[in-house]
Amino acid sequence: MERPLTQHIKNDGTWLTLKEYEAAGGYRALKKALQLPPAAVTQIVKDADLKGRGGAGFPAGKKWEMMPMGKETPGPKYFIANGDEMEPGSFKDRLLLEGNPHQLIEGLIIGSYATQARFSYIFLRWAYHLAAKALTECIREAYEAGYLGAHIAGSDYQLDLSLHISVGRYMCGEETALLNALEGKRANPRAKPPYPIVSGLFGKPTVVNNVETLSNVPHIIANGADWFLHLSKTGEGGTKLYGASGRVKRPGLWELPLGTSLREILEEHAGGMQDGYQFKGVLPGGGSTDFLTPEHLDVPMDFASVMKIGSRLGTGTLIVLDDKTCPVGMVRNLEHFFAQESCGWCTPCREGLPWTAKLLDALEAGKGKMEDLDILAFQVDYMAPGNTFCALAPGAMEPLQSALHHFKEDFERHIHEHKCPWN
Amino acid sequence: MSLELTMVKIFIDEKAYEADGSQNLLATCLSLGLNLPYFCWHPALHSVGACRQCAVLKYKNEEDKKGKLVMACLEPVTDGLRISIEAPEAHRFRAGNVEALMVNHPHDCPVCDEGGECHLQDMTVMTGHNARRYRFTKRTHTNQYLGPFVNHEMNRCIQCYRCVRFYKDYAGGKDLDVFASHDDVYFGRQEDGVLENEFSGNLVEVCPTGVFTDKTLKRHFTRKWDLTDAPSICHQCSLGCNIIASERYGSIRRILSRFNGDVNGYFLCDRGRFGYEYINSRQRVVKPSHSLQDIRPITASGKRMIGIGSPKASLESNFLLRELVGPANFYAGISNAEGRLIRQVIGILKNGKVKTPSLGEVKGYDAVFIVGEDVTNTAPLLALNLRQAAKNTPGEQAAALKIPIWNDAAIREVVQGATGPFYIATPAATKLDEIATQTYRAHPDSIARLAYGVAFAINNLPASTAASLQPVELDEKTNTLAQSIAAALLAAKRPLIVSGTSLYSAAILDAASTVADALKDLGKEVGLLYTVPEANSIGLSLMTHQFLEDALERAGVSDGHAPGFADDEAAGGDDDDATADDDDMTAIILENDLYERTYRKNADAFFTRHKNVIVLDYLENETTRQATHLLPAGTFAETDGTIINNEGRAQRFYAVHIPDNEVRGSWKWLEGMQYRQQDMPAGQPDIAAGQSPEKAVHFDDIVDRLVTVFPEWQAIKNLAPPATFREGTQKIPREPHRYSGRTAIHAGANVSEPMPPADPDSALSFTMEGYAGIPPPGLTPFYWSPGWNSVQAINKYQIEVGGPLHGGNPGHRLFEPVDKGGGAAPDAAAGAATAKNIPPAFSPQPGRYLVLPLYHIFGSDELSALSPAVGERVPSPYIALNDADAATAGLVEGSWVEIPFNGEVHRLPVRLQVGLTEGIAGLPKGLASTAGIPFPFWTTITAHHDD
Repeated sequence: MERPLTQHIKNDGTWLTLKEYEAAGGYRALKKALQLPPAAVTQIVKDADLKGRGGAGFPAGKKWEMMPMGKETPGPKYFIANGDEMEPGSFKDRLLLEGNPHQLIEGLIIGSYATQARFSYIFLRWAYHLAAKALTECIREAYEAGYLGAHIAGSDYQLDLSLHISVGRYMCGEETALLNALEGKRANPRAKPPYPIVSGLFGKPTVVNNVETLSNVPHIIANGADWFLHLSKTGEGGTKLYGASGRVKRPGLWELPLGTSLREILEEHAGGMQDGYQFKGVLPGGGSTDFLTPEHLDVPMDFASVMKIGSRLGTGTLIVLDDKTCPVGMVRNLEHFFAQESCGWCTPCREGLPWTAKLLDALEAGKGKMEDLDILAFQVDYMAPGNTFCALAPGAMEPLQSALHHFKEDFERHIHEHKCPWN
Repeated sequence: MSLELTMVKIFIDEKAYEADGSQNLLATCLSLGLNLPYFCWHPALHSVGACRQCAVLKYKNEEDKKGKLVMACLEPVTDGLRISIEAPEAHRFRAGNVEALMVNHPHDCPVCDEGGECHLQDMTVMTGHNARRYRFTKRTHTNQYLGPFVNHEMNRCIQCYRCVRFYKDYAGGKDLDVFASHDDVYFGRQEDGVLENEFSGNLVEVCPTGVFTDKTLKRHFTRKWDLTDAPSICHQCSLGCNIIASERYGSIRRILSRFNGDVNGYFLCDRGRFGYEYINSRQRVVKPSHSLQDIRPITASGKRMIGIGSPKASLESNFLLRELVGPANFYAGISNAEGRLIRQVIGILKNGKVKTPSLGEVKGYDAVFIVGEDVTNTAPLLALNLRQAAKNTPGEQAAALKIPIWNDAAIREVVQGATGPFYIATPAATKLDEIATQTYRAHPDSIARLAYGVAFAINNLPASTAASLQPVELDEKTNTLAQSIAAALLAAKRPLIVSGTSLYSAAILDAASTVADALKDLGKEVGLLYTVPEANSIGLSLMTHQFLEDALERAGVSDGHAPGFADDEAAGGDDDDATADDDDMTAIILENDLYERTYRKNADAFFTRHKNVIVLDYLENETTRQATHLLPAGTFAETDGTIINNEGRAQRFYAVHIPDNEVRGSWKWLEGMQYRQQDMPAGQPDIAAGQSPEKAVHFDDIVDRLVTVFPEWQAIKNLAPPATFREGTQKIPREPHRYSGRTAIHAGANVSEPMPPADPDSALSFTMEGYAGIPPPGLTPFYWSPGWNSVQAINKYQIEVGGPLHGGNPGHRLFEPVDKGGGAAPDAAAGAATAKNIPPAFSPQPGRYLVLPLYHIFGSDELSALSPAVGERVPSPYIALNDADAATAGLVEGSWVEIPFNGEVHRLPVRLQVGLTEGIAGLPKGLASTAGIPFPFWTTITAHHDD
């Protein structure tokens, strides 16, 4: 089983230096790409059907293809790596950032070349201190080696890359809010259309890709689209970093073929539930995905399959709910996070999430009323996709709506027993 | 900025409509007269999609019955679009959204100043939401002190973001912002303090609820429904912004913007909005010193009198004074220096070939060259509209990306705050410098030279067929600037040249029109706009070419001439020796304090030379103290009238109320003065203002007489319907139908309801009875429509939202450009005169300073400065010096200096002003202690040491 993304990661708290990365074949893909016309590079990534690993699964090649090209396009163009990993339960980009920054940098340079961007940024979560150190060091090395700056690897292509460390709001992970934050403005999302590819950073055409997405790019260029498509177990190409947290025997992170089943991840890689705990449900792709329950365990974990059963692959990092943890408490915890992280721009998110969080507080405290369940259902409808300005609140509603569906009795018990049954 | 009209067919709740495809769906629905609630969208600020209140159901096609919620404000209107406003899902979402907004709203309507005219109340009712399910604690905020104009109550905030979008994005303010996040977002200043922006008062109207309210209104609070309102025109600068003035219990309570797309649109400046309180002053003259019966023997005796008119008074009042004393004896009560410049502007308005845009049209220009005018302080709303013009060229990038013009947030992201091309040439720094491409600091003569240089650069192009202009010798740097200004104006589609009279420079006025003419000769769609000092400066100066120093000279006051004033070929009037009637001279002074217009000793001498000094004025001042006969004149709030703004637009204002004292419009007093007492009908009450021997004389009669004498002003007869106009059989009520307590107001004196005052002068009534629909645009006293109690009811008065009013925007331009056919022979207005008009470059004189006026939005206008709230913002007097000049003279910030001039010595502290031209000192114009100083003048500045 091939593990292109993680095979060289040392797992000892240090990252691959430029020398080590080059020894492992690093930057050969970049040199290869620079020999090709930009459109040909994009075509390879498009053929590989590399779906965005940030959660939405939009194909990277298609995004690059939309970048306005040619002399007439407004410039400078920008290419951004979104490393603001703050989704509750997600820690997959962290491994790539801390363990192999050059892989990301190479992917970023290839992507920038393919879209003819002039400037590139890595937008990093504030709490990733080790990653910041690693990236700073690796960007310096890449400049010194001539992989960044003018005449990259002897070509005519010029790219400058900077690391931007965010101040730490979940909102900044939303690609347009990220752009505002990068411009030094409030991290409010922007209305779409126009999409960043038309009017992005500083109003110029911009690509924003996730760290894991970009880390795949050097391997796709080096080995070809077919190779990539065959890495997976399903029609969607590549490997995926899957993670698990909660009361499993071995919480962790594994690079597995895309489409590995939920059961295999849970039972083989995470080692199954800890002794004395029963599996009750799982958020398959981070805090803003819908609960899956035991009957869903055989789902292949790819974008289309998880979507089909009413949840989302998201970041592919499982948050496991066991029978000794209160589902209402778990959702309450999540909704507090989302309420706090709302930027305050649109009404449903700004007002609806704190209200939701307060209702769940009341339920947990045994002060819930049956009407509260109607109000929670109202909140789910109210913050449905399209009703809000961005995806934050609809995402926040996913664990709630599925919990109301799967664990309705648990909610009602809180009301009838005037306390949390798990307390 | 493409405004192509593309008509499309759309379906709303299965009914077909024709709609303008360049608008968003919300604006379209509102324009179609449909009710769709909204908060964050504003017709001048456009769409950002924050509040989610305007949700409608959008169907994919005719077969789609399910639909999807979309926000109408962000939805383009395309052919075949199918939506539902009434679908239950859409209703439910909108009601739910208001419920969510109410989560933290305090529901304090009874004690909220906004109550009864609150957009939030209206929209809440519109959605049908009526019972709140939220049962937890509400979020609370602390409020801030924001200065004398605007009150802050943050707990009421529904986070629509309109305040910051207006204040920062539209008006260029820096000190109001949004802080914090999630349900804790806070709109205010970084710390308590006076809101700095000159347009802060618009927050009162832009805010959909009671967060930002009018602090001056708060001091004498009245609900909207209890106000008596009148359509009026702001009198506090020359732009003539349209206002609604409101009264209760005999005092004026507030000013609101009255929409006029050709003038001020939705907004007002803070001087216009908060400068009204002088009307309620204790210094008001409310009693005549003599009855008309006593005055008529003087005024109707046939003896010669002189009349001093006023740029603050209406055409009608000035006209009647002119008739009373005879045209030859009528003088405009402004300095000759000022009068000559205004006449020069009038000459260009009348004979120029370049279009003078309306204030509203200013927003559509895409390159600006300001020649010698600090518009933020002399014509504030022009500055606001110029800021919008500065966005047009950068905005073309967004248009190229096919971003619709209403998608404000997206445009902003593309444009990234870019402005220009925008050039400013002034002697001192101005607030608009922050958006300027380049600025030029120099003496007025050098500014004129720069502009002539620009004109030459344009004219010198091979493409120009116009007669050649005189080249100007400029230093290299200035010449480069002239070239780049010329290039920017030529590259623009619609360049605009802005200038004005504030620097007392004829050369500047001529140079500005020379630039405009040169552009016009190349076929450019150029605009030329001048500002003048006061509300009716143009109207007054159209009636006479004689000014104050002419009157002083006539009265034998010898040294009446101001510096910079050359002999006026037109001055003179009667050829008779004025001293013939020396011991029995009468002067009638209309709404004008001569001590604000000339030196004290001139004014003193003038009054000593007259046996009878008849003064009509609003407030006690030094001139009223010289009056032998004093009559209480009505301000714009107490009388009807017509004034002509800087653009040459005649506009009508109406009395808000008939005061419960003897204050009357000056035209009524003047009308009453001209008849001999013995001809008047017997048994007249002592006040016989507005009465002729035959009949009571009404406003329309005066207008008729006016247009007989000035036939070119025929249009002012039709500015608004005449007094005889009725909607059906009804007059237009000044009071809304919910006006309350009218039987109680006078109950202390008499329990019987008194007869309401009649208004024979207009088609408006002083009561709540009358026509309840939408009146003719010029007669609209307030905005109200069923379900729309707030100012946003204006939507219902417009043909389409943001567009002209039903019946057209009121007002009438008296002048249009004279088409002389492209590059025809040079005309008298500019070209030919150019060569001789180019002044020599200014050179500083060691040890002496040329003192130029500095203008302050709060302070340089006499009457608004007497309003307590504005008074708080008036600076103390100072003299501004450039750093280098101050250093040479051994002066620092705050040093006290003495400035001798014309026998008066002024003692002032020094203020260092970066960028002020060397050799020039700046003195605030119009402050109590600097009033009457004629600018510009040369002086010495010596340090004053207090011993």
